[in-house]
Amino acid sequence: MNWRSLLKHPGLVIGLSATALFALLALLSLVWTPYPIADISIARRFATPGPEHWLGTDQLGRDMLSLIMSGTLTSFTVGAMAVLIGAGIGVPLGLAAAIYDGPVEWVVLRFSDLAFAFPAVVIAILIATLVGPGASNAVIAIGIFNVPVFAQVARGGALAISTLDFVAAARLAGLSKPMIALRHLLPNIASLIIVQGTIQLSLGILAEAGLSYIGLGTQPPATSLGLMLRDAQSLFLIHPWLSLAPGLAIVVIVIALNIAGDGLRDALDPRLRNRGLANVAG
Amino acid sequence: MRVTKSFALASAGLLLATSFAFAQSTEIRVGAPLEPPMLDPTAGAAEAIDVVVYQNVFEGLTRIDQTGAVQPGLASAWTVSEDGLTYRFTLNDGVTFHDGTAFDAEDVKFTFERILAEDSVNAQKALYEAISAVTVIDPLTVEFTLSRPDGLFLFNIGRGDAVIVAPESAANNATDPIGTGPFAFVQWDRGSRVILEQYGPYWGEKPALTKATYVFIGDTATMTNALLAGDVDGTYNFAAEALPVFDGNPQFKVLVGSTEGETILSTNNAKSPFDKLEVRQAMAHAINRQEIIDGATYGYGVPIGSHFAPHHPYYIDLTNTYPYDLDKARELLTEAGYPDGFSATLKLPPVNYARVSGQIIASEFAKVGIKLELVNMEWAQWLEDVFANKDFDLTIISHVEPFDIGIYANPDYYFGYNNPEVQALNETLNATTDEAKRKELAQEMQTIIAKDAVNGFLFELAQTGVWNAKLEGMWQNAPVEGVVLRNVHWVE
Repeated sequence: MNWRSLLKHPGLVIGLSATALFALLALLSLVWTPYPIADISIARRFATPGPEHWLGTDQLGRDMLSLIMSGTLTSFTVGAMAVLIGAGIGVPLGLAAAIYDGPVEWVVLRFSDLAFAFPAVVIAILIATLVGPGASNAVIAIGIFNVPVFAQVARGGALAISTLDFVAAARLAGLSKPMIALRHLLPNIASLIIVQGTIQLSLGILAEAGLSYIGLGTQPPATSLGLMLRDAQSLFLIHPWLSLAPGLAIVVIVIALNIAGDGLRDALDPRLRNRGLANVAG
Repeated sequence: MRVTKSFALASAGLLLATSFAFAQSTEIRVGAPLEPPMLDPTAGAAEAIDVVVYQNVFEGLTRIDQTGAVQPGLASAWTVSEDGLTYRFTLNDGVTFHDGTAFDAEDVKFTFERILAEDSVNAQKALYEAISAVTVIDPLTVEFTLSRPDGLFLFNIGRGDAVIVAPESAANNATDPIGTGPFAFVQWDRGSRVILEQYGPYWGEKPALTKATYVFIGDTATMTNALLAGDVDGTYNFAAEALPVFDGNPQFKVLVGSTEGETILSTNNAKSPFDKLEVRQAMAHAINRQEIIDGATYGYGVPIGSHFAPHHPYYIDLTNTYPYDLDKARELLTEAGYPDGFSATLKLPPVNYARVSGQIIASEFAKVGIKLELVNMEWAQWLEDVFANKDFDLTIISHVEPFDIGIYANPDYYFGYNNPEVQALNETLNATTDEAKRKELAQEMQTIIAKDAVNGFLFELAQTGVWNAKLEGMWQNAPVEGVVLRNVHWVE
């Protein structure tokens, strides 16, 4: 696969470039924002978008563009960390279920059924009750929600591949089951995992927004897109822009990630097109 | 056949609509942001209890009116002895509780003995500790003997904490409140509403309303929609940030009044570096009060310079004791040995004014080098950590008790202020009944507390009610906690 073949998938290009744009804005907020986000000035609140504040200012006079940049960083970080947790635990579990049938498979499948049945919000409420709300707790809650998704994708992909001849050859060559999983199964399901990771990243960003919106995620003075929505909620009838700006940012990021995910799936492995990934996307 | 049926339905609907329009003239639905944990005002501190039952279901011997003045309640008249130690009350005749039992002096004795009992759960027991005896002279006369004069005695017995309850029903008041008020409790749908209905045999002047429903709506956006859609007829304290929705709308009226809520940046005076006067003075100079008032209350808060309500006759304006002056603040920090500032935590309870003020103060303090870490807490955690265990640097809270400057005379109170001078003044104040002398003492206390910069004095919370424009008679101010429906009525 080369860059030329990537360009055959316009969805991928659009999705990836939009995602990259937001990711860059988010990373830029680490070193520079137009205004510091802790810089409160009541005198300039509710400014409409203009040359000084491109996206206006919020109810505390903070620059909306700076807030959205910083909020996007929180959203991406939480989503990405949750994907890492989900893949880091879920993929080994799924592979184990695929190569050891019997009790191991049963335990993994029942565990993922159980984790599936628990909405991320319930897990987040549990964690928030035990250790208090915060962005890191949102990461854990969404990460736990991601584990069974990756486990099922890894198991499904590995099962399809393990019947192929080269796996049988490896087995005949005397490779142990874990080695087969590591050397032959994992590289061949990597594309699946990446595609699923993209989809889970967008779901994670949505979940973070949801958790922050109900007050269980990011806490002020840090900011996230969901928290901005929460703050703007009671002002919606008077200053709708304060809700629309972070809301639109979430919509665009999630759409971009989904388009990128679809494009990646087509580009990396056309055969996956019919395999119904959406079923495991939750 | 079908036509007839739908016609019948339509006319039934019309009938319903008409009767509803008529019914509206004597019924009210009040939106309240918090649901009470239970309904006995003599056994809990929650404001939400008084909002529903104070002066509606329950009454005291005296009654606080909306200006904060003491009026006769269940007692029609009283006399005070020369030394201020004996109060003799004449009770109204023909008063009954909602369960039909008669009210008399024995109920008064029972009520106060219950408040002062060893196992009492009254939230303000300390206010009544000066009472040494309650004597029944005859069924309509009762005498209180105090161990020391108490300038606020008549006010305190008019509060929700001292409403008269009956021995037959007191134990069940938490879920089935039985009082003597103009409205009787009907039902409580948990999580949703409390319904009150006019009590027919009420002893006093009958209210205009026949039915009142308190609807509990915690969220500002939902409350806005409920008001706009007419699902509730009004709410007594609406979030200031969304008030412009109703400003200038002829269907609504916005009532802006005062409360007893002194909102302060509570400072742990017992803990370093806040035990240094210069540090507290520096913080006072670094606070831009107007910015906080604009940001957190949209300009509705009233600036305060000490711990005292601006509408009270004893109030003196001390807001300029430590004016906003960053250079002065830096200077004082240097004097105190913190030329580069310091770091501290600011623990915030889950109320909007605290969360928003906290962010603004953190931004203001950063300008003089004081770095605040904001810690958001739930109520239970805040009450335990900050209020009970005094494990905090700074917090923001509104003290809503009327005339509560006495908390500065209690060295064990959570902000740890220990000044024998204030303690002595407070003792004299409590024992003084002469108005002019009381005023002088109260002002002296206010001044010392302001000069000591005990806490960051921010603003007096306002009460911003939003009501249907056709409703009259609501309290604009909140001198005590409660939404008194006695005089509320519809006008056309």
